[in-house]
Amino acid sequence: MGRGRGPGRWAARAVVTAYLVLLVAWPLWLVAQHTFADGLDQLRGIVDDPDVAHALRLTVVVAILSVVLNTVFGVGISLLIVRYRFPGRRLLNALLDVPLSVSPIVVGLALVLVYGGRSGWFGPALEDAGLQVVFATPGIVLATTFVALPLVIREVVPVLEEIGTEQEQAAQSLGATAGQTFRRITLPAIKWGVTYGVVLSLARSLGEFGAVKVVSGNVLGETRTATLVVEEKYLNFDQGGAYATAFLLALVAVACIVVVSIIRPKEEPR
Amino acid sequence: MSIEVTGVSKRFGDFVALEDVSVSIPSGRLTALLGPSGGGKSTLLRIIAGLERADAGTVGIEGLDATGLPARKRGVGFVFQHYAAFKHLTVRRNVAFGLEIRKRPKEEIRRRVDELLALVHLEQFADRLPAQLSGGQRQRMALARALAVEPKVLLLDEPFGALDAKVRKELREWLRRLHDEVHVTTVFVTHDQEEALEVADEIVVINDGRVEQIGTPDELYDSPANDFVMRFLGPVTQLGSQLVRPHDVAVAVGADDPDAVAGRVARVVRVGFEVRVEVSTGEQLVLATMTRTEFLRLGVDVGTTVSVRVVPGAPVVPVVPDGSPVRSGLEVHAG
Ligand SMILES: Nc1ncnc2c1ncn2[C@@H]1O[C@H](COP(=O)(O)OP(=O)(O)OP(=O)(O)O)[C@@H](O)[C@H]1O
Ligand SMILES: [Mg+2]
Repeated sequence: MGRGRGPGRWAARAVVTAYLVLLVAWPLWLVAQHTFADGLDQLRGIVDDPDVAHALRLTVVVAILSVVLNTVFGVGISLLIVRYRFPGRRLLNALLDVPLSVSPIVVGLALVLVYGGRSGWFGPALEDAGLQVVFATPGIVLATTFVALPLVIREVVPVLEEIGTEQEQAAQSLGATAGQTFRRITLPAIKWGVTYGVVLSLARSLGEFGAVKVVSGNVLGETRTATLVVEEKYLNFDQGGAYATAFLLALVAVACIVVVSIIRPKEEPR
Repeated sequence: MSIEVTGVSKRFGDFVALEDVSVSIPSGRLTALLGPSGGGKSTLLRIIAGLERADAGTVGIEGLDATGLPARKRGVGFVFQHYAAFKHLTVRRNVAFGLEIRKRPKEEIRRRVDELLALVHLEQFADRLPAQLSGGQRQRMALARALAVEPKVLLLDEPFGALDAKVRKELREWLRRLHDEVHVTTVFVTHDQEEALEVADEIVVINDGRVEQIGTPDELYDSPANDFVMRFLGPVTQLGSQLVRPHDVAVAVGADDPDAVAGRVARVVRVGFEVRVEVSTGEQLVLATMTRTEFLRLGVDVGTTVSVRVVPGAPVVPVVPDGSPVRSGLEVHAG
């Protein structure tokens, strides 16, 4: 389609541009505009509010933890799916899309059923062992990890499939152990897939709302994350504060994606 | 013997890729695994290298039982058909890979890599990435990389398969010279009989997961074990119930020879210096090839009554009736 000439091509471009502007760029721009309506006052206001600062910190910590978990397990699961044939492989493959298709709020409720302190499956046992999951940071990390689970995998699997196994076999016949092969051959080959997956996971983790709302308990200054702050402020008619917090969240996510698309090589060497 | 394969079998699901294969490959020689596509050549090579596991049988390398050893402990250099270059590493780092894994001193690695790059004529490309090399250059890099760790045996899977005819020819002559210099026991896979006959000291013919014949190029050419080997090594034609090479068919005018079969010239085709004469004996169409001079001396043309016979002493193989429909007797092998 994009290769066509003449008016058709221009019309197609105009439609796509209008679509993206109306759906993405303009709303985001309005958020920024509301944030800076009174200069930097709004931003200063939320950063100085200890509860908001705590929420932002909690969000960052949770996002980093869940990105680390998702990266390690994501790369591991990708290798498993692509490099090994085992019964149930297709089922596993299908299961990995569940977090993307199920509403986050369902995820939250499901986690409460399993890890809930009073009536969950594991909850009471874990609580006796001194670990509170639901209504505490571990629960928020779990929920966030769950919803962002497929992102690394979906980026890494196609790259692994494309590079094939010959380079790895060559490394092995040259004397490399499995670990050396992974570090020296596989990892450099999939590094851009992993980077992209990490960035998407990070953006997703920073912005998770529904699942976190259910499992966190939303306790001010303790388990309230940045997205919950946005909702709270919005409902309490503190629109300036809501927009400023939302702006910070969006800024970090957009910055990640922009940075990666800048440093990513234009033509990957083949 | 350098490589001793005994009773190796391999299945993929229900499909039998190798069946009870036994091969001994002598030290210091250049051996070709020759056979049609899908015959199991790569599978056998990969089993020797430890990249694939046999269902049954043993593999010995330099007197050591390697059957259970992982690839990295076999001391085998492997060159893949599609190079398997490490795309993110320069030519120099590619070649150095095995030495870096073995934690050799930096100075030694540099010296050895320089030597190898000179050996494969890639000195001026040392700092390029594989993507910036031609296919032939990539293949030479892969060869240097495999040689760097001084393997006990060097295995090449269709090393020139992905290259054009001219580069292919150059590289195989170069491989022969390289082998005469380096003397490492080398096995290469090919489905090109000319390549095998020209380069190899020994040829192992593999078909349908079985070894059809093992021998020197001369042995294979002069006394093929069966009709498959005979057909695979070049053009053949059928005379009576015997398979014979067209240049071993003698055509004569006037039938005074009791062994000859009478016929009539059905067609004459000249291809360069060679003339192909098709003789119809009534039930068969027999192909004879001769030089132009011989053809002119014979003085025949389409319609001439002649007699054909196999030149005495020429290799012939009985045709095995295998249920397949009777062929025309005229068969020119592709490739
Ligand atoms: N991993 C595999 N899974 C299933 N079948 C396989 C596998 N590898 C090889 N085969 C089958 O085994 C048979 C022998 O394969 P192999 O690669 O050894 O043939 P080859 O002689 O090297 O042929 P070519 O000249 O085309 O490379 C083929 O029919 C192939 O389809
Ligand atoms: Mg093959």
